[in-house]
Amino acid sequence: MFQYTMRRLLIAIPTLLIISLVIFLLLEAAPGDPLGEVPLTVPPEVKAKMRTALGLDASWYVRYFLWLKQMFWIEPMHLIDTLFGTHLADDMQRVISFQSRQPVMDIIAERMPQTLIVVGSAYVIGVLIAVPIGILSAYRQYSWFDNLGTFISMIGFSVPTFFTGVVLIVIFAVKLQWFPMVYDTTLQVTDWESFTKQLRQMVMPVTVLSLFNAAQISRFMRSSMLDNLGQDYVRTARAKGLTERVVVLIHVLRNSLIPVVTVIALGVPSIFGGAIITEQVFKVNGLGQQLILAIHANDLPMVMTLTFIFAVLIVLFNLIADLLYGILDPRIRYD
Amino acid sequence: MKLKTALMGAAALLAFAPAAFAERGADGELKIIQSQAASTMNQYLSSGTKDINASSMVSEPLASYKPDGTLMARLAAEIPTLENGGVSADGKTITWKLLPGVKWSDGSDFTADDVVFTGQYCMDPAGGCAQLSKFEGIEKIEAVDPLTVKITFLKPKTNPYSAFVGALAPILQKKQFEKCLGANASSCTEANFMPIGTGPFRITDFKTNDVAVFEANPHYRDPAKPAFARATLKGGNDAMSTARAVMETAEYDYGWNTQIEPEVQAQMIAAGKGKFMNAYGGLVERLELNMTDPSSAQPEGERSTTKHPHPVFSDLRVRQALSMAIDRSLLVEIGYGEAARPTCNLVPAPEMFASDNTGCLTQDVDGAKKLLDEAGWTDTDGDGIRDKDGKKLSLVFQTSVNPIRQNFQAMIKQWWNDVGIEVELKQIDPSVFFGGDAGSPDTFQKFYADVQMFANEWDGTDPQAYLAQLTCEKAPKPEDQWQGENIPRFCNPDYDALIKEMLTTADAGKRADMIKTLNDMVTKDAMVTVPLANRARFSAVSNTLLGVEMNAWDSEYWNVADWSQAK
Amino acid sequence: MTDTTAAKIRPPRNQWWDVWDQFKTHKGALVGLTIFVAILGLILIGPLIWHIDPTYVDFRARNKGFSLAHPLGTDQLGRDLLARMMAGGKVSISVGLTAMSLSIFLGAAIGVLAGYFRRLDGHLMRLTDLFLALPLLPLLLLMVTLFREPLSKGFGPEGGIFLLIVTAIGATSWMQTARIVRGEVLALKEREFVLAARSIGTPSHRLVLRHILPNVMSPIMVSATLGIASAIITESALSFLGLGFPPDFPTWGRLLFDAVDQIQLYPWRVILPGIAISLTVLSVNYIGDGLRDALDPRIRGR
Repeated sequence: MFQYTMRRLLIAIPTLLIISLVIFLLLEAAPGDPLGEVPLTVPPEVKAKMRTALGLDASWYVRYFLWLKQMFWIEPMHLIDTLFGTHLADDMQRVISFQSRQPVMDIIAERMPQTLIVVGSAYVIGVLIAVPIGILSAYRQYSWFDNLGTFISMIGFSVPTFFTGVVLIVIFAVKLQWFPMVYDTTLQVTDWESFTKQLRQMVMPVTVLSLFNAAQISRFMRSSMLDNLGQDYVRTARAKGLTERVVVLIHVLRNSLIPVVTVIALGVPSIFGGAIITEQVFKVNGLGQQLILAIHANDLPMVMTLTFIFAVLIVLFNLIADLLYGILDPRIRYD
Repeated sequence: MKLKTALMGAAALLAFAPAAFAERGADGELKIIQSQAASTMNQYLSSGTKDINASSMVSEPLASYKPDGTLMARLAAEIPTLENGGVSADGKTITWKLLPGVKWSDGSDFTADDVVFTGQYCMDPAGGCAQLSKFEGIEKIEAVDPLTVKITFLKPKTNPYSAFVGALAPILQKKQFEKCLGANASSCTEANFMPIGTGPFRITDFKTNDVAVFEANPHYRDPAKPAFARATLKGGNDAMSTARAVMETAEYDYGWNTQIEPEVQAQMIAAGKGKFMNAYGGLVERLELNMTDPSSAQPEGERSTTKHPHPVFSDLRVRQALSMAIDRSLLVEIGYGEAARPTCNLVPAPEMFASDNTGCLTQDVDGAKKLLDEAGWTDTDGDGIRDKDGKKLSLVFQTSVNPIRQNFQAMIKQWWNDVGIEVELKQIDPSVFFGGDAGSPDTFQKFYADVQMFANEWDGTDPQAYLAQLTCEKAPKPEDQWQGENIPRFCNPDYDALIKEMLTTADAGKRADMIKTLNDMVTKDAMVTVPLANRARFSAVSNTLLGVEMNAWDSEYWNVADWSQAK
Repeated sequence: MTDTTAAKIRPPRNQWWDVWDQFKTHKGALVGLTIFVAILGLILIGPLIWHIDPTYVDFRARNKGFSLAHPLGTDQLGRDLLARMMAGGKVSISVGLTAMSLSIFLGAAIGVLAGYFRRLDGHLMRLTDLFLALPLLPLLLLMVTLFREPLSKGFGPEGGIFLLIVTAIGATSWMQTARIVRGEVLALKEREFVLAARSIGTPSHRLVLRHILPNVMSPIMVSATLGIASAIITESALSFLGLGFPPDFPTWGRLLFDAVDQIQLYPWRVILPGIAISLTVLSVNYIGDGLRDALDPRIRGR
């Protein structure tokens, strides 16, 4: 297993380089202009000068290698500088966002906590709801509980978050005035009062997101449990006189987790990617919102860096999922 | 020395006494929500209105525009004119006297050096300054003494009020930006996000594309202002939720740019928590008719170029018919409500420049049909669509993605269908449509369609440069990467001649007449640009916020120092 | 004696009849099928009876409520909502089903190949990682720029855009299915029945089609039902971004999106397309449930 992990990690390096090149070429080829949001009142000659100042005159491979250098050489050195107070990267140009002229990494660092708190907790809550619902739905197939669960989760999945978000805002922020509709990103949690304030502003975005996540995961959990409940080993286990609890929660559950683990592992990188629509609806300044803004503004360094970080997480969590398969089902071997 | 201080203290007390009710910082927090968040506080690097608004809370120009479009001195002691000798008789220099005693928010003195430096900052060739056109034609900027700045132009300027005028070109502090010249402009994140200014507020926290937090500037020149101790400027992402946060939940005091459907406007007003305010500037939503042939049958590189005139639109009668078939009042009623008014002008404001051209405001379907009949487009095969020489009258109509524009498209399509014209609609992502990517077929400059709709305006109040965009040689073409600004590819030698004449005319009355004539030449007479609606700046204001005066020519927060909370 | 043997030896029967018999016993599936057929009937036959053009703008009939002339009312431009719902349904359901089939086919094929053949596993999974990492919007913008005109020429403007959208959604949503199927196949191929089949010399393609594939049907079915919903929603997001059908062309997702701002004024305009999407997804889900049970020989025997 260790050898396999090491090999996968080594392969990940060229894979990620290729992915970064493909993303870069894609962004290059896609139509759009980093100055597209500059108002029409700015004359074309001025725009041409602004373009030069952003370094867009250089050919694509020069800019790609520049990005590689900034990303893998200057940024780590800068990180060392901030951690240990050294001055390795003082005069070096970091990856700078076209839109705000701020180092991309600073923006990411600023937005990461909000993303993790809101999207992350929604994800955890979603999983915590979905797994028990999935198990119970499968165990009591076609009971009223199962039917209700199916109904709610299908509605939860087929109604888009831009709709559920607005419905919640209209009911709870406009009519009842229980929760604020705009997420206050400057709020610092220092005491009990600010903590409850933080909780109050998190309620709506977290509800919307966890409903959506839970809907999907519970469907996979249910179907996988159903598959396994009909297997011969379940009959054997029951015949041995094991309690129902042990049969379902130990034997069946463990064997049913493979598709669920896949879905969950695929979902973790998307926590970091943020939830674009929900963040937009509730004005959470998460990474998803930043990514979509950057894409619309053709902020190439920002899009490139964010998607690359995203790619690293995807590769990493898919590896983790593969390792978990081996733990859940020892018959699966990679070596 | 002691006595002097004591005297000054007494004077200050006196000054405070009558204004006791309006003490600086007495009103708590001012909460503003913008439909787009600011991405930087330095508008020399950006130029989106969202950023201009944010930085106008902090940075100030020498002079600003008032809501009626006239100039008012801000950091200048007075507006230089020919009469007071500030503008030289030959039109080659302008001399600004600065307001004495102004301090930056860090307590240091504001001087002519800062003004000179700001000019140097923007005119640096490597800086990529977004406001470079405001500094066009300047030979040099010099500090005559600490309170006098003299700008010398290369050629006599008919409008010398460009550099350091309006919210687009405020003064930067030399001390803070000294190291940020040229190519270093980008790496000065700290200075770009937290500029030191002379305005009523100073910035304390800035999160790009999200929120800006301000506090009252302790060194602001009017000791009684601003009434608010703090201000927050949050990004709201869309007009709907921006309006809702002010008008329905009252979480915010002011919502910038709340262009929402008229029915929803009415519903929000009924909630009784706030009102919508508007101000009309030069922003005109218009149709532009392609005077060249956009057909894909033309070889690439000759499509939509002046090599091939448009097969249908070369006939003025067709263009007029298209305009006559449209009911502009209904467009505005359904699309904008209080946020726009129907117009037939390319230059609808300010008052002195607006032509009295109102002929297009009444819809005339029968007239349109008659003109098309006269032009030889008749429905010979009875399928409801006009044709001529075996060719159907069929148009491609494109615009950017935007709910109001999509409604406009559907309505205009219906009107044109009613007079027998077939219309194919196309919508394009705004970042592609307005982006200048020469490789994309879908940009508005390339104009690979017969008709397109968008809005445009000009900087400041003087539309000379704006009208000069429609001269023959500015038609976009592949040789210059389609960068021309004459989008409809309009070409009229008389028009070009009049533009040339205007460049050397300084007399205000004559200029106004010329502007009106030029406006009529492209709209009423030629119908290459078909104006639909004059869009207003449209914002939501809470009932508890006092002192707001909408301004279409400057930042909407131009008088934020005078805003206060209702008691 | 002879009678009973004759009775026991039934005439050979097509196994699909068994499947249908089993399917019929599944109440949810029957209800789902009925509703789905009803929806299909409404959107296919409806326009033949209800003649109003969904794009016809009638300025005199703006914002009308339910009436005989407009059973579901009209929108702010006076377009008939019943006609728009029917036209929108046709597009949404066909986009949903086609894009879902494409994505499920790609996902299942790549998942099975990667899980079963170790040689392909590495490459296919790296490809999956790449697709997961690609930012969708630029990819779609690029596809539209490159292919909109040629496809429009070849298949007509609407046909071209339909193909483009279906391919775009299908090509960017297969990755999850592929990962799930691969995970299951990895576990399945070590099971006894696969080893047994292999030991008697079953060739790989038959082993995959006959033994592996039927056993990964249930995650595929779940992916498929969820896939329809997300394809319908993604389509609306695409039209919102200007990458989808022409702006006056209604789809359910678009109707829903356009009406969200007026939710307090005209709740029906939001609720109707919302119900239509949910009902379609729910009915397909129950059909899927029934099919899976019916196809499973272990359950069928009971």
